[in-house]
Amino acid sequence: MSRTRPARAFGPRPVRRPRSQPRPTRMKAADVLRVGGAGLRTRPTRVLLSALGIALGVAALIAVVGVSASGRENLDRRLDALGTNLLTAAPGKTATGAAAGLPPDAVAMVARIGPVEAVSAIGKTGAKVYRNDRIPPQESGGIGVYAARLDLPATVGTSLAHGTWLNPANEGYPAVVLGPVAAARLGVRAPGPDVQVWLGRRWFTVIGILAPAPLAAELDTAALVGWPEARRDLDFDGNPTTVYTRADNASIADVAAVLGATANPANPNEVEVSRPSDALAAREAADDALNGLLVGLGSVALLVGGVGVANTMVISVLERRAEIGLRRALGATRGHIGTQFLSEALLLSVLGGAGGILLGSAATVGYSTYRHWPAVVPPWAMAGGLVATLVVGVCAGLYPALRAAHLAPTEALAAA
Amino acid sequence: MTAPGPLVELAAARKDYGTVTALDATDLTVVPGELVAVVGPSGSGKSTLLTIMGTLSRPSRGTVRIVGHDLDSLTDRRLSALRATTIGFVFQQFHLPPGPVVDAVADGLLYRGVARRRRRELAERALNRVGLADRVGHHTHQLSGGQKQRVAIARAVLGDPPLLLADEPTGALDSHSGNVVMELLRELHHDGTAVVIITHNQDIAAAVPRRIALRDGRIVHDSAVDVVDVADGVDVADMETLR
Repeated sequence: MSRTRPARAFGPRPVRRPRSQPRPTRMKAADVLRVGGAGLRTRPTRVLLSALGIALGVAALIAVVGVSASGRENLDRRLDALGTNLLTAAPGKTATGAAAGLPPDAVAMVARIGPVEAVSAIGKTGAKVYRNDRIPPQESGGIGVYAARLDLPATVGTSLAHGTWLNPANEGYPAVVLGPVAAARLGVRAPGPDVQVWLGRRWFTVIGILAPAPLAAELDTAALVGWPEARRDLDFDGNPTTVYTRADNASIADVAAVLGATANPANPNEVEVSRPSDALAAREAADDALNGLLVGLGSVALLVGGVGVANTMVISVLERRAEIGLRRALGATRGHIGTQFLSEALLLSVLGGAGGILLGSAATVGYSTYRHWPAVVPPWAMAGGLVATLVVGVCAGLYPALRAAHLAPTEALAAA
Repeated sequence: MTAPGPLVELAAARKDYGTVTALDATDLTVVPGELVAVVGPSGSGKSTLLTIMGTLSRPSRGTVRIVGHDLDSLTDRRLSALRATTIGFVFQQFHLPPGPVVDAVADGLLYRGVARRRRRELAERALNRVGLADRVGHHTHQLSGGQKQRVAIARAVLGDPPLLLADEPTGALDSHSGNVVMELLRELHHDGTAVVIITHNQDIAAAVPRRIALRDGRIVHDSAVDVVDVADGVDVADMETLR
């Protein structure tokens, strides 16, 4: 219709009539990040609070996994130090329910098993031990008096905290070595020639105090005397009650299988064979159930954080309709707009996730230091935390991004 | 390259929003290098016309061609690409993001696959063109209204689009700033860009070679073709101004 052309210095800009349809361009990754980041920079407080939700969730997950891993690492190190090749054989019950015993030559027989490296034993006596001769007999303090073989500390992997261990020279005399708990209950701080306890109706000299024995906790509350002395003065029958066996690590299962029959060939089913390191590991494993619950709670926190991000993004889309309209006017496709808001949600989540990993790691290090554990935050947990935040970010960002992308440009501009 | 054809061709274009007809039976052609003012009372369909010319919405009926492309034949993606390469927009509310002025202008080529460094170079040149070379390092919130609109214009023409659509470009400005902005639009037109200005301002309309008057969604006057639908009752005073 219009053919009027105003006067102008230059001709009208020639318009290329494209033969093909116009082709949209893909945004460069750096531009996607920059545009997404710009959206976050303009609302720092809200971004910080939404990221905090994600951060707390991730921190909870990392801390639970980290503390559990640190505890396990601590246990592993202890077991490494103590060795996992200790087996104990103790008398169980007879078929009639009475307490069984081990034959006197159990130690010698067990020592004949090929892969066995060391064998030792203790035998429970009927004697009681007291601080002095004025204590009423019933106040025995829960301390057991055992006859001990000389190679006991080496075999169970414990050492003396103070003083000396029994030796061939004193094992036939009234000398006693106390477990650390027993020593505390008897009020003995340090051994010495004049430190004596009232044991089996006579005075015994305390010559040493054991360090705690994690693999043989019964020794902590024990008073240990020499085997010959126990037989002579404490009515000990010479039957070992617990046989401690160190065996070659590779053959430990085989040794465990034959230990009962070897220690008591007559009644092999009356012997209880156990591996104390397993008990320690099992106690740690029992914590896994609790850890599972905590991880579940952490996941819920992360989900709630994700809902927070989604909420922030939905509000952001509503508030920024004019910006969306302008970007469509500048030539942004629906995909460009969707990508922008999705990248914003992802950045928000990753920001929270990174914060959460730092926070969770700090909590793990703090708790481990407090417990004197080695601090361990497994890399897979950190990677998992990051992946989880990415998943949460995508889920939280998808709906707002789609909403933004499908906003009609005219409607968006009209909102201004 | 072929001979210049029309930039915008509307044939019997109609736009409905639900039961409301915002634009009806509209025929309009804008050729390269034109300077056009679209006037009309509120609700007369000016903005609808602009969004259709700007490919921001599609007509409910009729045909719209932009540089030869039929809007109906293009997907939303291709339409966006067409918009990015062909049309620049200037709005009454400027729509400048917070941050450096140069980045706000550089956004004009964000969706055309131009590298950031190159965008910023072009942005500085465009700011120079609109007389704001000394504001390159400023932030958008530090500018006056007139300066903001000039920044928005720099952004709109960054990719050298053949068509610039301005929706009330002086509506939020005082008369001095408005004059500066109009002068700038005239310069752009002078340099070969087709400029379509929607305005309430009769003085602006009067100073433009081609004037289109809208009422109730129809073109009641086009100074280029001299179509006057007197039956629709155009205000005599309006007509005087428009002629």
